[in-house]
Amino acid sequence: MRIGRNWIKNVGVHVPDGFFDAPTSVATGLIAAGAVGFSLQRANRELRETGPALAGLTAAFVFAVQMVNFPVGAGTSGHLLGGALAAALVGPWTAVLVMSTVLLVQGLLFADGGLTALGTNITLMGLITVLVGYFLTKALLKVMPRRAGSVVPAATVGALVSVPVAALAFTGLYAIGGAVDIPLGKLATAMVGWHILVGIGEAVITAAVLSAVVATRPDLVYAARHLRQDLVLVDADGNTSTVSPDRPIAARPAGRSLGVGIAVTLVVAGGLSLFASAHPDGLEFVGAKLGFDSAAKNSAAAGSPLADYGVHGIGNAEVSGALAGIIGVLVTIVVGLAIAKLASLRANKAS
Amino acid sequence: MSGDGLLVAVDSPVHRIPAQVKLVALFVFVLAVVSTPAAIFWAFGLYAAMLVAAVVVAKLPAPVVSRRLAVETPFIVFALLLPFVATGPRIDVLGLHLSQSGVLGAWNVLAKGTLGVIAAILLSATTAPRDLLAGLERLRLPATLVAILSFMVRYLSVVSDDLHRMRVARESRGYTGGRAGHLKAVAGGVGALFVRSFERGERVHLAMRSRGYTGRMPLLSVEGATRSQWLEGLTISLAAVAIAVAARVVAL
Repeated sequence: MRIGRNWIKNVGVHVPDGFFDAPTSVATGLIAAGAVGFSLQRANRELRETGPALAGLTAAFVFAVQMVNFPVGAGTSGHLLGGALAAALVGPWTAVLVMSTVLLVQGLLFADGGLTALGTNITLMGLITVLVGYFLTKALLKVMPRRAGSVVPAATVGALVSVPVAALAFTGLYAIGGAVDIPLGKLATAMVGWHILVGIGEAVITAAVLSAVVATRPDLVYAARHLRQDLVLVDADGNTSTVSPDRPIAARPAGRSLGVGIAVTLVVAGGLSLFASAHPDGLEFVGAKLGFDSAAKNSAAAGSPLADYGVHGIGNAEVSGALAGIIGVLVTIVVGLAIAKLASLRANKAS
Repeated sequence: MSGDGLLVAVDSPVHRIPAQVKLVALFVFVLAVVSTPAAIFWAFGLYAAMLVAAVVVAKLPAPVVSRRLAVETPFIVFALLLPFVATGPRIDVLGLHLSQSGVLGAWNVLAKGTLGVIAAILLSATTAPRDLLAGLERLRLPATLVAILSFMVRYLSVVSDDLHRMRVARESRGYTGGRAGHLKAVAGGVGALFVRSFERGERVHLAMRSRGYTGRMPLLSVEGATRSQWLEGLTISLAAVAIAVAARVVAL
């Protein structure tokens, strides 16, 4: 079948083995395992109702669609990462499971993405893109017109933001556990700049696919299920009555899932920064060693401490800078969600 | 392929090792490689030699392995950029003014990434997907996750064939190539693919329910691996751990 031929064309931005040091790989592995376990628990009710077949087929769908060339304008074509799209279609917790499954299959069956980097890949592409995409979508839906069609622009913004945030998280991980002392300001600028472009492609594709689904089966779009219009019945005498649609099984109080989402993001961010302070010299190890080596070679006595100090100083400042960036993004999201929540409370009171 | 992933269907001692042993072996091996200091070059030579030996024992054709290595191309590009963008003391190599830590970092990413990919290719080329799933189940991966994985693997070819038929249908109507105006047609097909996959998932679940599914999948595997199979499968990984420890000691 086609996968045998095309799998190399797959997006291929998976982090390989050896890109991050072992402690960072283990830490992100723990985060990923925790996230998958949590998602299993949260998605339990849905999965009992709909069965594992549906999640498995969604995973197969994401895997297949990642290989589609989408024409995104200006003569270029883009690939879909699919985190935000999957979140909007099947809900955040099932989407985390789906994306993790896709990454696991790519890592084990197709040798794409290292096994020790699996945790990193799941954290970046399975967890951060899904949660950022989903909760941004939900927050925007609260301030937009209550129509199923609103989910398209909302998820578009979610997809647009989710990719650069994942790139920023990658930079943060690199600051903690990267093997080479690249100037992190430059790396962050390059990563985020490039991934804003990728994010625009992701947003365009997500919007196009989602609007196609909304046009045919709006009831399948998880993020818009609560927006389904009441069914208007008109009897023979012309009397109209409305019937509200069935409550979907997975509908839970939004407040709780929002709270959990924020908690998860904070735990992830907190875990990362804790890790940074517990292991401050992962970045420095090679550099310091090399600074020493080169000083011996160049016989410049002042070279070694200066080089070491430079690496040290830059490393720490940039680590804190990158972390501040991530935390800043998260705080922005949380504030945005809080505003949306307040707005919806007021709207409820008014009605 | 259909349901066989990247399996190279020959019979070899590596093919016969139970999947759970190979999974553990791969993980231990890659972890040992990743935790080896980059400057200890001989360690990576030994890792590579052991992997090549395993590839030979597994009777994998060299062209297949090298073709599948292409998967790490994006990171080779990244690695080759490292010597130019990294800071720190500079050295001159072949007339280029490079960062020394960048050169070592590029070597680090290239060596560890390549070894990891070859090891993963070794696993995927010698293990059928259903054996891999059975192995994951033996390793106590949550049952729900194994179930999702098995449905994904089982329906991957179905969904891809769906996608292929849609592409043939679309292109035969003139929507070929990369014109931006074709986005709607491509995305419409993908949207339809989601609806089809979703509905297929619902049908499969109902069919399972009507055949007595109660929320628990039957176990995929029954027998465990023997002690000698564990030893045989873990030979390379344990040697890799020993090398990694030795390299750490040397680096101190």
